[in-house]
Amino acid sequence: MAFYVVQFLTGLASAASLFLVASGLSIIFGVTRIVNFAHGAFYMLGAYIAFTLTEQFSGALGFWGGIVVAAAIVALAGVLVEIVLLRRIYHSPELFQLLATFGLTLMVEDLVVLIWGPDDLLGRRAPGFKGAIDFFGQNIPSYDLFLIVLGPVVLAILWLLFQRTRWGILVRAATQDRDMVAALGVNQKWLFTSVFAVGVFLAALGGALQIPRDAVHHAMDLRVIVEVFVVVVIGGLGSIVGAFVAAVLVSELNAFGILIFPKISIILVFLVMAVVLIIRPWGLFGKAEAPARRTPGLTVNPWRPLTSGERLAALAALAVAAALPLVGGNYALTVGAEIAIFVIFAASLHFLMSVGGLASFGHAAYFGLGAYGVAFLAKMAGLPMILCLLLGPLLGCVGAAVFGFFAVQLSGVYFAMLTLAFAQIVWSIAFQWVAVTGGDNGILGLWPESWAASPSHFYWLSLGIAAASVIALRIAIFSPFGYALRATRDSLLRSEAVGIDAKRIQWTAFVIAGTVAGVAGALFAYLKGSVFPDNLGISLSVDALVMVLLGGVETVSGPVIGAIVYKALNIWLVSQTDLSKLVLGAFIVVIVVVFPKGIVGMLEAFTQRRRPSSAKSSLVTSPIESAE
Amino acid sequence: MKLSVQDLNSFYGPAHILFDIALEVGEGEVVALLGRNGAGKSTTFRSIVGLVEQRSGRIEFEGRDVSNKPTHEIVRDGLGYVPEERRIFTDLTVEENLEVGRQPKRPNAPHWTREKLFDLFPNLSEMRNRPGGRMSGGEQQMLTIARTLMGNPSLVLLDEPSEGLSPKIVEQMVDAILTMKKEGVSIVVSEQNLHFARLISDRAYIIERGRICFGGTMSELDARPDVRDAHLSL
Repeated sequence: MAFYVVQFLTGLASAASLFLVASGLSIIFGVTRIVNFAHGAFYMLGAYIAFTLTEQFSGALGFWGGIVVAAAIVALAGVLVEIVLLRRIYHSPELFQLLATFGLTLMVEDLVVLIWGPDDLLGRRAPGFKGAIDFFGQNIPSYDLFLIVLGPVVLAILWLLFQRTRWGILVRAATQDRDMVAALGVNQKWLFTSVFAVGVFLAALGGALQIPRDAVHHAMDLRVIVEVFVVVVIGGLGSIVGAFVAAVLVSELNAFGILIFPKISIILVFLVMAVVLIIRPWGLFGKAEAPARRTPGLTVNPWRPLTSGERLAALAALAVAAALPLVGGNYALTVGAEIAIFVIFAASLHFLMSVGGLASFGHAAYFGLGAYGVAFLAKMAGLPMILCLLLGPLLGCVGAAVFGFFAVQLSGVYFAMLTLAFAQIVWSIAFQWVAVTGGDNGILGLWPESWAASPSHFYWLSLGIAAASVIALRIAIFSPFGYALRATRDSLLRSEAVGIDAKRIQWTAFVIAGTVAGVAGALFAYLKGSVFPDNLGISLSVDALVMVLLGGVETVSGPVIGAIVYKALNIWLVSQTDLSKLVLGAFIVVIVVVFPKGIVGMLEAFTQRRRPSSAKSSLVTSPIESAE
Repeated sequence: MKLSVQDLNSFYGPAHILFDIALEVGEGEVVALLGRNGAGKSTTFRSIVGLVEQRSGRIEFEGRDVSNKPTHEIVRDGLGYVPEERRIFTDLTVEENLEVGRQPKRPNAPHWTREKLFDLFPNLSEMRNRPGGRMSGGEQQMLTIARTLMGNPSLVLLDEPSEGLSPKIVEQMVDAILTMKKEGVSIVVSEQNLHFARLISDRAYIIERGRICFGGTMSELDARPDVRDAHLSL
């Protein structure tokens, strides 16, 4: 019995940090409508800076002062980020905001390694809370008790701040109607900045307070952001009480999940989240949000199938690509095959994101599931390669069917957070369930059979499948199903009013996208000869997003161009620098802020401008004499 | 001149909404902006306070050009705005709604306190801690006006204050607007209801399809039944 009580208290102590970070994310979202992906990075920075400060300053004052000063320093950095970056993208679609803040996260990850090195750092114990308290033979660290008290105290302080101060009242008013607050003489800009500072302070404090409990390391940002996304999805974005309740719930599930499913404790959290989403899609304490902003995909230039001339050009390009083995060596062919595989992957995400308006932040899950599917079939069942390639992607299909069912219940940022959480859960299973997946060591020795083994043959195989996948997806886009999917993207209500079963259409699109991603993953497994948890990792998901974005979210052919350019650039970059995350992160931020239309979008805009008598320009100049 | 608008043109995307709007409001005056639904009354107000981004023309408030200022600065200069849709903060209580509108005292404008506003709108004083979402339409309308007055404006743009209210509440609204005028607040009030406008206004403009097509005193308007019938009759 005492053991369970101690386990419960440990869960409560973990909840404190989680609550701090989640409440910060919630507060920022409430006012600015930005889901701050970089929140995990601020949490991590808080921990690193607190580590340095508490090492520098001695005594109790040095420790506690160091923690608070660290949080304040990070909050200042947050203010800088808000003024320099976020103010430029408040009116951008949600996807762009998520990507820009993710780009920041990548940059911070490299920066902390640059400054503090790659090794785990063990911080000082908290003065006054070094010991443990005996509870019927079980030990409870006294610092845990401090955290257990701290959580509700912070909740109370936040409550007072929001209920009893003018600032809090303004923030709550702005959460509901920003323009009206401005129309009453309040400077929104500084209100936003101050809200962001408070949110970041909470995240950094959450990180700083972890140093006596946990090692400080450069992957703690992603771990916490996934947990925080789960917390806000369960608790409801924008609700501080919800963040508290859900933080406790998730921490307790983690604490006790270890006892029930020692290897895959995260399953329990997933199950609870699924149940909450079915009963209350907006979280326990959240409110249904009107779809305020439209997702990208609203083109000024209507989509159309390729003209016969363009078809010939595409075919010619394919023929040129197929001629690569005549000139390229083995390395070029391997890179070529990898690019072809990523064209499939990017095209599958594009189908979901640009056609369906559903920006998935965890698309790599289905890519990786396809790869693991092949690995299981080849290594355990010993099936031939052709069968593996045909059946392996089915694992991606099944995964997409299960997770997609829950994900399409939501939209916008909730959808993005949920898909990310699902992907991370799949990753954790692959990572933790060593007996089946090999864990971190992966599954090795997956080589293509002799008919596809030579680099040129494998390249042709990849290129052929890529061409077939892209053509199939294009046919789907311009089929009645594709029209229905675009209708749900452009207006959910209107599409339902004309008899489209929106959720079913979106779910189908999710399954199609997941299956095609699984095809890419299956090929990838054979290309690399091995499968690792990284194949379903978050950075791969973001690679796909960047490819689609780089090509042009609002275009049909964007993902193909985006995948080719990005993958080639990426492979080159990794060979050139150790700071690839820093460069990549900066690259993402620049695209979002400066080139939101992407390569193909810019080309289209350029050709539009060269046609002077387009219908669009006459629309802009002619006055329409209707009011309001 | 309290407020002077010249050559105001406004657009929503490609749509041209307002055409060369010109209007003037004198110190302490109540001016009605009359017109049918969709004539451009609300857009005129939204353009004056900077909520319509695509606009051109000159807007002078108390002799200073405010046409390039952001909304919150225009409002802080003492130009209050009460939107048509009321836009009460439904999660906030009556007192909290008033707090959002609070601005420092201004030398050239009457100073409103919470208690003074509760005298002006006695209904509100009985529900100080009620969330805005649980109030009737009339009570919400009173709260929006009170909330704007908390900013101590010297001029208020009132967008259709009588819309959708019961006759009894409209009577209270007339009293409140006349009290505001007596205190020295200049008012521009947009209306479809000529009867209501006549009770409170010194002068009137008529707007139709985004253009001002009449400007004059109320008696001048009464002398022109043709104008009234062409642009206002239902």
